[in-house]
Amino acid sequence: MIELGGVERVFVVGTAEVHALRRVDLRIADGEYVAVMGPSGSGKSTLLNLIGLLDRPDAGRYLLDGRDVTDLTDEEQAAVRSRKIGFVFQSFHLVGRLDAADNIALPMVLAGIAPDERRARVERALAEFGLAERARHRPDELSGGQRQRVAIARATVMRPSVILADEPTGNLDRATGREVMASLDRLNARGVTVILVTHDPEIGAHARRQVRMLDGAIASDSLAATAAER
Amino acid sequence: MRPGDVFGFSAQSLAAHPSRTALTMLAISIGVAAVVVLTALGEAARTYVIDQFSSLGSHLLIVFPGRTETSGTFPGALTGATPRDLTLDDALSLARERTVRRVAPLTIGSALVSWGRRSREGAVLGSRLQRWEIRHFAMAQGRFLPALDARQARPVVVLGSVVRDELFGPANAVGEWVRIGERRYRVAGVLAPQGQSLGFNTDELVIVPVASAQALFNQASLLRVLVEARSREDIAAAKQAVIETLKARHEGEQDVTVVTQDALLATFDRILRALTLAVGGIAAISLAVAGILIMNVMLIAVSQRTREIGLLKALGATPAQIRRLFFAEALLLSVAGALAGLVLGEAGSYAIGKLYPMLPVVAPAWAAGAALATALATGVVFTAVPARRAARLDPVLALYRR
Repeated sequence: MIELGGVERVFVVGTAEVHALRRVDLRIADGEYVAVMGPSGSGKSTLLNLIGLLDRPDAGRYLLDGRDVTDLTDEEQAAVRSRKIGFVFQSFHLVGRLDAADNIALPMVLAGIAPDERRARVERALAEFGLAERARHRPDELSGGQRQRVAIARATVMRPSVILADEPTGNLDRATGREVMASLDRLNARGVTVILVTHDPEIGAHARRQVRMLDGAIASDSLAATAAER
Repeated sequence: MRPGDVFGFSAQSLAAHPSRTALTMLAISIGVAAVVVLTALGEAARTYVIDQFSSLGSHLLIVFPGRTETSGTFPGALTGATPRDLTLDDALSLARERTVRRVAPLTIGSALVSWGRRSREGAVLGSRLQRWEIRHFAMAQGRFLPALDARQARPVVVLGSVVRDELFGPANAVGEWVRIGERRYRVAGVLAPQGQSLGFNTDELVIVPVASAQALFNQASLLRVLVEARSREDIAAAKQAVIETLKARHEGEQDVTVVTQDALLATFDRILRALTLAVGGIAAISLAVAGILIMNVMLIAVSQRTREIGLLKALGATPAQIRRLFFAEALLLSVAGALAGLVLGEAGSYAIGKLYPMLPVVAPAWAAGAALATALATGVVFTAVPARRAARLDPVLALYRR
């Protein structure tokens, strides 16, 4: 359960203050599939980074599974990220010198999971995302779709409850993008909360709930709309 | 993160930049090798000098004219008086002391030594038989100087082996007459080659009776007097006796310096040890330079790997883990570089030992240990700043940096 209340985020660019987020209130229940949409500069990536604990709000509160996580230390936040959150980036962010299997294993290496356990989980992840044949290939030997599937496998290997995907198909053509979205859909079907940032309506349509942002504020929320209709 | 994984990850990232890694290792290894080789040389010089002094013989006292114990100038410098020379009579008077076994007056000068058409500049040492006994010279041919009264000048000479070879070549030298300065001397014998002793190359010496040398150089004073005490226990008493006797002979003025061999050895030992440390310290500066290079490489690594650091943070790496990863890299670099440097240094020491067999060039274990420790310490210390910078990177900025 993700609960944001009155969250503000202000960046100082030169002498000007940019309000990236203005009093954002948002509740996302476990297992939801949410697309955060809006033009560039509307604050959707900032929102995602805040939810992922990569950034801290200047005001407001953030409860993750009922616990206020804004006043945690860097070390504690890292531990929360490690256990509960998986990231998928537009530009994949794979480590170039590591092969697919080692990239997938990286979060488990950081978490100190034993090598035997790591191998077993990597194998399962490779099979699940159709990468078994590419395990020993490095990112520069993989196609864009394969790279993003490696990144998704890496994001899920710690079995987080939330997957945060920032424009996961932004660097891919439509066909591969659909392939990648199918992977995310499957994850959500298994009960993982998926929060997706995109400006592509077709991609956004994969999610059951669409949140539109404009100038740092939530302009519309399909969940609220359906609730109002009822 | 498991320690094995930390080092594994760091090793992989070092392997990803082979030339940068190799160059940094090279810098460290040169620093370590320099420390090892230079301290080995310093130690070799120390051992060598100590050995040389020990070869002078035991229970030795050395008497110098002038007193240098309390000030740089001689006594009387302010009153206008000059220090008295140390004369042959002074030296001979010492031989009458109960604690003194024998006395060797020494004088030295430089003169042209010639035989037939060949000549060479030689260091002419005025001495007498006792000197030979004190220094244990070995003869290659003939005999040493005959036993004479010290005041007696006699035209006989003993040649060092190099002087003999250069003047006579294959010809027989013993019994021939050589010219030294304006005088002629008969060759009594030739010294066996034995190399350096006390800064003199005895192979290049020309030895004549001390009175002959004084006549040759028209000089009444002595360079110094070597005094051998009867036993080790007598050294202190002999020193006192020498000072008292010469003071009495010099109208109550103590104008000589008496140095015991032990004191000399201890002094040289201290000086040369300090020198070794100084040279090792200078070499250690190159290690500090290598440390700065490590810092530079790590700073570059932090900025090149900003995105990777951001990613690691997103994947749940704590700031402490990021720091540890960079320290592990520096540690791997320094250990590998230092080990390579040790091998390089030992090889260098071995090579120098082969080139100069008379120098016992062996790096002391403490130097190797200190070099290793310095390399590791510099590696870790100079990584503190880059590691902290990496750990403090804002993950969002790091991830989205282009």
